[in-house]
Amino acid sequence: MSGRVLTPEEVVGELRDGMTIGIGGWGSRRKPMALVRAILRSPLRGLTVVSYAGPDVGLLVASGQARRIVTGFASLDSIALEPHFRNGRQRGTVELTELDEGMLHWGLLAAAHRLPFLPIRAGLGSDVMRVNPELRTVRSPYGDTGHPGGEELVAMPALRLDAALVHMSRADAAGNGQYLGPDPYFDDLFCLAAERAYVSCERIVPALTGPPQSLLLNRAMVHGVTETPNGAHFTSCVPDYGRDEHFQRRYATAAADPDHWRRFRAEYLDGDEASYQKAVRR
Amino acid sequence: MTGGTADACVVACAEAWRGDGAILASPMGVIPALGARLARQTFAPDLLMTDGEAFLVDEAGKVEGWLPYRQVFTMVAAGRRHVMMGAAQIDRFGNQNISCIGDWARPKAQLLGVRGAPGNTVNHAVSYWVPRHSRRVFVEHVDMVCGVGYHRGSSGVRDQGEWGPGAPHAESPSTASQQSEPDLRVVVTNLAVLDFLTPDHAMRVRSVHPGVELADVLNETGFELVVPDDVAVSRAPSAAEFDLIRRLDPDRTRDKEVPRSAPR
Repeated sequence: MSGRVLTPEEVVGELRDGMTIGIGGWGSRRKPMALVRAILRSPLRGLTVVSYAGPDVGLLVASGQARRIVTGFASLDSIALEPHFRNGRQRGTVELTELDEGMLHWGLLAAAHRLPFLPIRAGLGSDVMRVNPELRTVRSPYGDTGHPGGEELVAMPALRLDAALVHMSRADAAGNGQYLGPDPYFDDLFCLAAERAYVSCERIVPALTGPPQSLLLNRAMVHGVTETPNGAHFTSCVPDYGRDEHFQRRYATAAADPDHWRRFRAEYLDGDEASYQKAVRR
Repeated sequence: MTGGTADACVVACAEAWRGDGAILASPMGVIPALGARLARQTFAPDLLMTDGEAFLVDEAGKVEGWLPYRQVFTMVAAGRRHVMMGAAQIDRFGNQNISCIGDWARPKAQLLGVRGAPGNTVNHAVSYWVPRHSRRVFVEHVDMVCGVGYHRGSSGVRDQGEWGPGAPHAESPSTASQQSEPDLRVVVTNLAVLDFLTPDHAMRVRSVHPGVELADVLNETGFELVVPDDVAVSRAPSAAEFDLIRRLDPDRTRDKEVPRSAPR
């Protein structure tokens, strides 16, 4: 199945303007940054990005390619607030669907299970219901002692994705994927919620070895694999590498000033992935 | 008195978890984290805590379980958790905001986002930690309800006019739209401990920290607090607790989280 092995540019070539794209990982952890950087070099625009948001979302807001973000937060973890997301919101350059992080999980699970919605308590009574007026509640058809008339719950709609982008520690050429860090995040659900799922990985190996529980993705969920060593940089990809805190601070500092950001883009992001990797090793 | 403001705050945070048993304690912030660890090492030994990534670890750092985010969400939904969150804004009924300041559509300041606050508050015990007690934080109305307070019902959309003092907001339990009310425990600040143990769940002064005047607490709060006849003084750490706090935080990082002195 070597036909499933693609370059980052070929992955991005399968995306279209206006698509809804899910991005795996969490905050500034195991993000498919090489694929995000490939999107930055492309003319893609009008994207809706579903993510537990970190610098993936920040970069796509800064480039103007994300029209709408669907998330519960945007953070760099060791730096609490994602600076480009912050700028975008305060300048009104990006739209937001703001959900409780458990609702986001449930929306992905509903899409993965091909259900129209899943009931959840999260959101009830909060302004998530006010800022997302399309959200509806359902009443349980089953009465119980606490709720004789049936409990009212949020009907979290399926978050169906046109494409998913996730980063794995290892993968094989057929599209089976393995994470070796402490947390799978929701990468399997992102893949199952998507029409087409693309996996970048640190290394494509002939055979996946290690704990069976680490084999998160199987080839039925995956439509393309690309090898991008250090491809989650500057987010973490434990155990291969931790977050590049020094570089992340430079990113956040540059984001605070438009001129500084232009220089940062020119130095790191305007060239291809190889030149990025060379630049960050300097 | 043993220790300073930060030490009194650590003890007040620790007290939030007293009697919780074997549930997940999720402190957000330096002082709440020290409080949770102090509680676990003394009067609440059954508490579970994570390493901030995906492992449950005991006080010695030994891994005792695996708790990736999806499993944290399951613990939340199962109600087996007591979180102490921060608050950029909080109102008299405990509605909390960590999302943004100003109009949501085009905020003056974008903050973190709602994160898990809506789900936390409808599922399990929640306390808050406010390191700088001020009128900027304690407000009449929060700009975005993230953590759900009392009397919100299910729609989340309520006429703000109903929120004034004396408004008929105290629905009887049987008519409260069958929606279970949140379980808000305490709000710990650098000045005081507040709770919601009043007939209509309006915020009340439980205790004032050693060296703090009640008037300071009232002046720094942007709405009317319920004040009991006798306002207690928050307990200072015992000598044993103070030793433990010093061992847990030898570099006194806790002092950086609170202002140097009470406001004047």
